Amino acid sequence: MRLLRKGIFMLCGVALACHRRPPPAPPAQAGSTVLRDARVHQAAPSRVNGEWTKVAGDDQNTRYSPLAQIDAGNVARLDVAWSFKTGIERGHEAAPLVVGSMLYIVTPFPNRVHAFDLTHPGAPPRWTYQPPNEPRAQGVACCDVVNRGAAYDEGRVFFNTLDDHTIALDAATGKELWNTKLGDVNRGETMTMAPLVVQGRVLVGNSGGELGVRGWLTALDAATGAIVWRAYSTGPDEDVLIGSEFQPFYPQDRGKDLGATSWPPERWKLGGGTVWGFVSYDPELDLIFYGTGNPGPWNGEQRTGANKWTSGIFARRPETGHAVWFYQYSPHDVFDYDGVNESVLVDVDTAAGLRRLLFHADRNGYLYVLDRATGEVLSATAFGHITTSHGVDTKTGLIAYVPEKEPHVGATVHDICPASPGAKDWQPMAWSPKTHLLYIPHNNLCQDEEGMEANYVAGTPYVGAAVKMRAGPGGKRGEFAAWDPLAAKQVWHIEEEFPVWSGALATASNLVFYGTMDGRFKAVDAQSGKLLWQHQLDSGVIGQPVAFRAPDGKEYVAVLSGVGGWAGVIVPAKLDASDPTGALGFLNAMRDLPSRTKAGGTLYVFGLP
Amino acid sequence: MTGRSSLLAGLALALALTACRREERRFSEPQVLVARRERAVAPPSSEPVAAFVDNAWSVSEGQRLFGWYNCAGCHSLAGGGGMGPPLRDATWIYGGSPEEIHRTIVEGRPNGMPEFGSRVPDYQIWQLVAYVLSLSGRLRQDVEPGRPEAIALGQPPAMTYEKKPVPANKGTHP
Ligand code: HEC
Repeated sequence: MRLLRKGIFMLCGVALACHRRPPPAPPAQAGSTVLRDARVHQAAPSRVNGEWTKVAGDDQNTRYSPLAQIDAGNVARLDVAWSFKTGIERGHEAAPLVVGSMLYIVTPFPNRVHAFDLTHPGAPPRWTYQPPNEPRAQGVACCDVVNRGAAYDEGRVFFNTLDDHTIALDAATGKELWNTKLGDVNRGETMTMAPLVVQGRVLVGNSGGELGVRGWLTALDAATGAIVWRAYSTGPDEDVLIGSEFQPFYPQDRGKDLGATSWPPERWKLGGGTVWGFVSYDPELDLIFYGTGNPGPWNGEQRTGANKWTSGIFARRPETGHAVWFYQYSPHDVFDYDGVNESVLVDVDTAAGLRRLLFHADRNGYLYVLDRATGEVLSATAFGHITTSHGVDTKTGLIAYVPEKEPHVGATVHDICPASPGAKDWQPMAWSPKTHLLYIPHNNLCQDEEGMEANYVAGTPYVGAAVKMRAGPGGKRGEFAAWDPLAAKQVWHIEEEFPVWSGALATASNLVFYGTMDGRFKAVDAQSGKLLWQHQLDSGVIGQPVAFRAPDGKEYVAVLSGVGGWAGVIVPAKLDASDPTGALGFLNAMRDLPSRTKAGGTLYVFGLP
Repeated sequence: MTGRSSLLAGLALALALTACRREERRFSEPQVLVARRERAVAPPSSEPVAAFVDNAWSVSEGQRLFGWYNCAGCHSLAGGGGMGPPLRDATWIYGGSPEEIHRTIVEGRPNGMPEFGSRVPDYQIWQLVAYVLSLSGRLRQDVEPGRPEAIALGQPPAMTYEKKPVPANKGTHP
C-alpha cells in the first residue's frame, strides 16, 4: 500500500504545518499495558424494571438484561409463549422494544410498525402503522430491505424507513406525530439503522455506501421532527461539524478540512462513510459514539488518500453535533471494511483511576479497546482470521496493511481475509457485567477479488469490484465467541455452519442467546459456551434477541426470525447461486442456505410454562 | 401491436434458422445497428429486432455495457442477482420477450429498476437486451458471450462458474 503510506505521510506533514494545537496530554501508560491490571468497574444496574426500551437495551450498547428467572436450571423447558407472523418474508434484523405493557416491532420494507398489548394472554395487536413509501427504495438497498429497529422516548416510537423518512408515532395509539424526509432514494440513499434518542434528539443516519452516497448522522427534535444538526462523514470541516472542540488523539487526524483533502478533488462527494450502525451514549462525558461506513467506491485506485472520515469512529456532542475526537480503523479502506460496528461502553478501575473504555469488534478483524474520553487505542487484537493486515500499532494508531492483498483493476487477488462483510458485520455483540466477557456473533469468510473501474451513475451501485466469498480456515462460515477484552483473548467459541448474522443477548442468570441462519435459536452457558437449549424456528434468525418482564411478572425472551440481510438475501430474493459474484460476492458462500431454511418473518416470544 | 407480432415472427424465424446457422458466428456489426447509429433515432418497431439481438457482437457489447451502466452492480455480473432480481432464471416479473426487456430498461420498473432511457442510447439498450437474453440461455449458443469478467477470479472447484443448460422454450412470452 505504497500510496496509502505516502498519503498518510503527506497528511501528517500538512497537519503539523497548519495545525499547531498541542496534542492531548499523553496517558500515564501507553498501549495495552494500561489494561493489564485494570478491573471492570461495577456500575449500578441501569435498568431494574424489566423493560427493553432501546434496541441494545441501554445507551452503552451492552445488550445485557438484568433478569434472571430463566436460568440454566429451567431453560430446557423454554417454549413459544406466543408468536406473530409479520407477513413480510425478507430479512428481519430488528430488535423488539418493550415499554410498559407494550411490545413494538418494526418490519423490513415496507416498514410496518406493530404494537402488542402484553397485559392480555397471547398479546393481541393493539395497533399497526403502515407508512407511505416509495417502492423504488427496494432497488437501492445494498443488502436486502432490512430495518434494525425502533427507538422509544417519552411516549413516542421513532423509526426510519427504507425510503429515507424518520417517523414519530404516538406509542399508545400508533398515530403519526411527525414524518421528516431526510434523504433521496434517487441518489441511492436509504435508511436501515435504529435511531437512538439522546436529550430529546433523535439520532439517525443513512445507508448507501455501495451507491456513492455521502454519509451523515442527523439529530432531529423528538417533539417536532425538525432537523437540529447534520454531521457529514466527508467534506470540509464545516459540513463534518469539526470545530474548536475537535481533539483527535493521533496526529494523522489533525488538520484543516481533511474530509476533503484526503481525497482526489471532489471525490468526497461520492465518498460513502454512511452511518448505518448503532449509536452509543455516555451521559457523563456527554458524548455519543458511532462508526462511519466504507469509502466509495470499493476500488481504491479511484480515491487515493486516507479518505477521511470513513471507516472510523466519531465522538460528538449530542446537543450540537460538534466532533470531539475521531479515530480511523481502516484508513483508505479497499475491502469494504465499514467502521460502523457498535461500541460497547464499559468503565474499568486502574492504578491511575477510573478509565472509560469502548469495545469495538471491527470488520477488519480486530477487537479494539479505546479510551472513549480521548480516542486513544489501548489494544487491538485479531479476533478473526486476517490476511489483509499485520496488526495495529497502538502508538501511532495505524493499521499495517499487507500490500499484496490490495485489489487492483484487472488483477485478481486471492485469499482476502476477512472478506468484505468483515470478521464481524453489523450483528451486535453483548457484554455481561457478570462474566466480564463480550459475546461476539461473527463470520469466518475469505474472498477473491478483482478490481474494476466504477462508473458513477446516480442511484446505481458504485463499487468497482468483482468478489467471490467462501468459508475461511476450517471451513465453517460462522463463529460465536466469548472474548475477554481486557486480557485480549478468546475464552470459548462455538463454530457455526453459516455466518452468525443475529445479535447476541446476555442475561443476569449467565445465559447467552443467539440465532443461526438455518433457524435455530440457542441459549448457551455464558461461562463455558455449553449449549443448554435450542429451538428450531420457521426461518433463519438474523434479528436481535431481547429479554423483558411482562405485566404477569414473568421473564420472556423475544426474537424475530426471517432470513435475509446481505448474507441471507439469496433465500427471500431467490437469487441464482450459479453466479458466484451475486449479492456482491456473498452468493458464492451461501449456495446451500436455500436448502437449509426458507424465507419467513415471525416474532417469537419464549417463556417458561 | 403490429410491431409486436412482427417481432415475434422475427424471433420465431431466428429460432427456426438457428439450427442451420450455428457455424456462422456473426461478429461483425449488424447492418441494423449501423443504420440505427447513423440515424441516431429509435428504430421503427417493424425492424427485425430478433436478428439484431441474436448476434455475437451485440451480446458481447451488451456484456460490456452491463458492467459500465452498473446493471451488474444490482443484478451481478452473470445475472445471479443481488439488489435486483436474478436475470439468469426462467422467472420474468415483467416479461422476457426482447420487447418487454427493452421496455424494462428504457422505462424502469416500480420496485427499484431505474430508467435508463434518458441516459443510454437506444442501440445500446438493444445490446443490453441481447446480453440479458443470453444470461438465461435464450440465444443460440454460438452467440453467447465469453465468461464474464468475474469468472477470471480464483478457480477452486467450488467457485467455478456453472453454465446453465439451455432450456428449449424458456421464457417465451405468449
Ligand atoms: C439500482 C439497482 C438496479 C440497476 C442499476 C439495474 N437494475 Fe434492473 N432491476 C432492479 C430491480 C430492483 C428490478 C425489479 C423491479 C421490480 O420488481 O419492479 C429490476 C428489474 C430488471 C429487469 C426485469 C426482470 C424481470 O424479471 O422482469 C431487467 C430485464 C433488468 N432489471 C435489467 C437491467 C439492466 C439491463 C440494467 C442496466 C442497464 C439494470 N437492470 C440496472 C434493479 C436494478
